[in-house]
Amino acid sequence: MVNRGAVVRVPRPLSSVAPPPGPFRRGFFRSPLRGPWLTAFFGSILLVGITLLFATGLLSYDAYNPGLHGNSTTRGHHVTGLLLFDWPTHPYWLYRVTQGVHVTLGLVLIPVLLAKLWSVIPKLFESPPVRSPAHLIERASLLLLVGGAIFEFVTGIMNVQYWYRFPGSFYTLHLYGAWVFMAAFAVHVGMKFPKMVRALRSRRMRDVLRTDVAHTEPEPPDPDHLVSPSPARPTMSRRGLLGLVGASSLTVFVVTAGQSIGGWTRRLAVLAPRDADIASGPNGFQVNKRAAEVGITAAQTDSSWQLMLRGSPGAVPVTFTRAALLAMPQHTADLPIACVEGWSTGNQKWTGIRLRDLAALAGVTSPSTLNVRSLQKRGAFTAVTLAGNQVMNGDSLLALQVNDVDLSMDHGYPARIIVPANPGVHNTKWVSQLTFMA
Amino acid sequence: MTTLLNRFRQLYGANPLHLLAFIASFALAGYAATELFHTMTIRVAVWFVGAALGHDLLLVPLYSLANISLAKIWQRVPRPESVPWLNYIRFPVAISALLLVIFFPEISRRRTAQFASSGLSNHPYFAHWLLITGILFAVSALTYAIRLRRVSGPSAPPS
Repeated sequence: MVNRGAVVRVPRPLSSVAPPPGPFRRGFFRSPLRGPWLTAFFGSILLVGITLLFATGLLSYDAYNPGLHGNSTTRGHHVTGLLLFDWPTHPYWLYRVTQGVHVTLGLVLIPVLLAKLWSVIPKLFESPPVRSPAHLIERASLLLLVGGAIFEFVTGIMNVQYWYRFPGSFYTLHLYGAWVFMAAFAVHVGMKFPKMVRALRSRRMRDVLRTDVAHTEPEPPDPDHLVSPSPARPTMSRRGLLGLVGASSLTVFVVTAGQSIGGWTRRLAVLAPRDADIASGPNGFQVNKRAAEVGITAAQTDSSWQLMLRGSPGAVPVTFTRAALLAMPQHTADLPIACVEGWSTGNQKWTGIRLRDLAALAGVTSPSTLNVRSLQKRGAFTAVTLAGNQVMNGDSLLALQVNDVDLSMDHGYPARIIVPANPGVHNTKWVSQLTFMA
Repeated sequence: MTTLLNRFRQLYGANPLHLLAFIASFALAGYAATELFHTMTIRVAVWFVGAALGHDLLLVPLYSLANISLAKIWQRVPRPESVPWLNYIRFPVAISALLLVIFFPEISRRRTAQFASSGLSNHPYFAHWLLITGILFAVSALTYAIRLRRVSGPSAPPS
């Protein structure tokens, strides 16, 4: 039991001006749980988690092949473009895993981020607010760190719920917001890492997990004043707080992760934006955008529809009716749809013509790119460029059927692209024109 | 050299490496910011700074106030109980509130037309959230009952 009178008060730093009342006075924050160990514990989880988020986020940026014509979702790719590499098509579930991890991990880390920020809130009100030029610079950087973290999480959370109220393109905001945040994050980690390791060593996890409320005592006074100089009697043990954060993360995981993991877990994902199929039957699996929503009409996709195939410059474009395409050699591939918003479907059985066969028909035997145009006129991704390795993969198709029946309108009838490990929006639906470039 | 270094430390408040690291960090952040702020500069800046202020000066005080109020009530209520009930309220309330904040756009049905036509009914989320909240309270109550029984059950020695 903590006796308030017995707590040793840390002498105040010499300061000519008394701090204003309220949170600026030391002792305003009274939780007996705050301290370097607690902050270091949450910090160490975020260190690993945010590093993984950044890595999977960059992979997702790369997966759009933003270096190819018309693909860039931002104003360009400049310096960050130096990191780009050809996005692979093997394993076929690659994007499903990297983006599922990105979104699910982001959601699960929210309670940890909130707990970490709670643990250091007294630092926001430290007095005097600025001690030296070095301290001023650190605090300016902390604004980027905290602002950046919340900005990234909020834009991500809004985007997976299709609530596009942020100022500008999600891709630009979330990508460059991440770079601002990571610039501050890297220097923060660099500065605090030794301190974090020391703090983690200051107590054993086993002891924390064995200590109940009655035996919970504040950490020893620390130079950063995270530990309250006048701690209240604990109403929750340290293990209780870790349990609360863990239970929160676990709950978020259970109610969302099924949209990415699939199988029976999909039924648990009751708060995931893509928790259910749109219908029963072979065309019942989830879609991002429906035909009606982007203005695709039956008149565009009836028997008058033709695919235009272009190849070597100068050659006359060839057109095919759907019947003509169906008469060509068909190939079948089991592939998932995996969306940037984190949800994905299980493998669907796609049937259609191999893209490399179409390339040969267009007179381009080793294409460097394939530009795909959709009937869709509204919204983003009405045209997409695929890379040579994506075209040449034997499972990359212009699909006409899925799960042994014709594609439904919502899944891209009369014909759609399906490429292994390709982000969902790059598997263009309602294809009208293919242009292979040598 | 050492005196120069000491002089720098005295004026700046840390060693030169500190300054170099932050200059590098701000340079990278500045580069990214030129892209970030390319359109709607003011609104993006408001979002960025607002994110930090909104959390630190709004969210934290709000949940702290709720938490302190709950603890105050708990302290005032006569406590004959052998197992304190405070944390059995805190857990389900905190987790339920967190889910409400994270999934507010879909729970409150604040979505763009795009979502409405994407094929999924937007009605169930509020009901799902209520259901999860119910389950959280039920699990908490059950755990509390088990602990209460363990402490004051017939097999326990009289206290």
